[in-house]
Amino acid sequence: MDNDKKTTVLTLTDEEIVNPGNRACSGCGLGIVYRTALKALGKDTVLAVPPSCLTVLQGLYPVASTKLPCVNVTFASTAAAATGVRAALRATGRDHLNVVAFAGDGGTGDIGIQALSGACERGEDIIYICYDNEAYMNTGVQRSGTTPKGVMTTTTPIKGKLQHKKDVPSIIAAHGIDYVATASAAYPLDLYDKVKKAASMKGGTRYIHVHTPCPSGWGFAPQYTVHIGKLGVTTGLFDLYEIVKGEFSLTGESAKRVGKERTPVEEYFKTQRRFRSLSQELTDEMQGMIDAKWANYTA
Amino acid sequence: MHVIESGNVAAATGVKLARVQVIAAYPITPQTPLTEKLSEFVESDELSAEYIPVESEHSAMAVCIASSTTGARSFTATSANGLLYMNEQLHWAAGARLPIVMCVANRGVGAPWTVWNDHQDTVSQRDLGWIQLYCSDHQQIHDTVLKAFKLAETVSIPVMVCYDGYLLSHTYMPFDVPEQAQVDAFLPPFKPTHFLNPEEPRNFNTVTLPDVRPDLHGNTAPGYMEIRKTLHSDLRAALTEIEKIDGEFGEAFGRGGDPFVEPYRCEDADYVAFCMGSLSYQLRDVVDAMREEGTKIGVIGLKVYRPFPDAAVRDALTAHKGVIVFEKALSYGNQGALYADVKSALYSAETRPFVHNYIVGLGGREIKTHHLYDALTESIKNEAAIGDEPQWVGLKL
Repeated sequence: MDNDKKTTVLTLTDEEIVNPGNRACSGCGLGIVYRTALKALGKDTVLAVPPSCLTVLQGLYPVASTKLPCVNVTFASTAAAATGVRAALRATGRDHLNVVAFAGDGGTGDIGIQALSGACERGEDIIYICYDNEAYMNTGVQRSGTTPKGVMTTTTPIKGKLQHKKDVPSIIAAHGIDYVATASAAYPLDLYDKVKKAASMKGGTRYIHVHTPCPSGWGFAPQYTVHIGKLGVTTGLFDLYEIVKGEFSLTGESAKRVGKERTPVEEYFKTQRRFRSLSQELTDEMQGMIDAKWANYTA
Repeated sequence: MHVIESGNVAAATGVKLARVQVIAAYPITPQTPLTEKLSEFVESDELSAEYIPVESEHSAMAVCIASSTTGARSFTATSANGLLYMNEQLHWAAGARLPIVMCVANRGVGAPWTVWNDHQDTVSQRDLGWIQLYCSDHQQIHDTVLKAFKLAETVSIPVMVCYDGYLLSHTYMPFDVPEQAQVDAFLPPFKPTHFLNPEEPRNFNTVTLPDVRPDLHGNTAPGYMEIRKTLHSDLRAALTEIEKIDGEFGEAFGRGGDPFVEPYRCEDADYVAFCMGSLSYQLRDVVDAMREEGTKIGVIGLKVYRPFPDAAVRDALTAHKGVIVFEKALSYGNQGALYADVKSALYSAETRPFVHNYIVGLGGREIKTHHLYDALTESIKNEAAIGDEPQWVGLKL
């Protein structure tokens, strides 16, 4: 992406597709992600959304906060629903529209992974955006497959989660689809450019996985959403990258960190109550995993 | 054009003539040859449609829900556990008022595994808000598919076309296939009033509150309960549409009549055997034999199970002394669901026949004609002794 022209705060479009005053919690990372992604997608877009925080953000009948057509679908079926939208657009001569699935991490990596895997294997002409807030936030912070190890949730209330985070973008990348990217709510311009790029690669399946801080679920004050999202990247815990037709490259802040010092991951853990029971041993284990991962990254 | 083909191909031929636009399907016995045939139609360009080979039945119905919401005529087919794997999606399709048509080649439900015919799969799904139509032969399968699309799109309610697995799906019978132009005149293109469209953005199936709520213009919008009441009212009103469309089909193709119940030798009958699907044709042989022995008996095949045509059922049954309901399904722990529905329809009649319940052919247990003969003879002879409990036909242990 370094070769492409990057969007800046000066060149970012003024058009808003998500109305202000919606039902997102204050400081909601998804609020940033959704607003940014829809700015990049523009009006020629159809959405498919499963039950998630986004269902709430979008508003309660008969009021909606988004100026795009959207079909709400069952929890496990998002990617299949996007498939159906695309098939019908082809059948009715409206194939130029973007078809975008927008789902949470549970709806993507847990209950929705079968339909998503099927869509990726078939190479469906859709963009799938997963906002990963690392637990079932809409139902009250239960653990998900993408909750990191050691995190306290309402279903890991005493010991914290015992297993590591599921690497969903790698699972999706293993399908060999045209475009896989990660992004962060804390770097909206990087996200914006990735959504733009995904939209430009019409024809195949495109997947973007967005690290999305959640004040109420992670246990931090709403003004720290961007700060904590940035720490997630500068510590090297969550990396910004693209895999374009199989070619991996770090982007944005992550690309800048190669060969340079990273913030110790403990600094990230300290900012959130969900990590309150993390032992020094587990902190060291996580730091070791990050260091080993980054040893493989070259400039 | 007369052809001799399987019931699955009769269904596929109807789907092709209906100019369906999106097909999503997942293989399951005994539905599979239907979707194989459709994929052949699409790959050979005989049918211009999107064929999505999904990874599950849950996704098959997800595709249909989304494609129908986007404005395309949509179809899928399944059987047994595939149908049940769709369950939440089936409720969703009805609640979203989508005119999807689905064929179900009826099959028993595991556990234990069975691939053979009974009606437990669709009968257990009677409360979804779908219309359920049952067929007795290949011509009915073919014609019912065509009528189903027209019905679904007229009332904005999904329709299940049910036919017996193997007994109809895999057997070969002659049936007439109309010309495409005739079908086009009967079934115009699908033109929904609301669909996913950036020029008129709408948020479909969003969270709805228990109470009514004003929109931004101050108009009161329905709550969940009003929306559900409308589905029920429209299902009841669909009975009128079923009759009307059956009449239109008859005018166009010269076949039809008896939209709800299909009677055989019932005019002067003291007793009537009552059932759904191909069993009604098998019972005709038994009725003929018993008539020769002097028993005034007929048989009625029910063609519409949901919405339940209670007035038509009441009118068809009140004049007789006894009604013997044969079922390939059971509401476990109670009675046959069809039996309960028949009794319910007769409750408001001034004179009521006795009603007995016989369970037959579960998991494909062969239904011997002499078993049916014995059951009917027993029912008539022991009217008082046989109570409300379902009687099991053809048990060997």
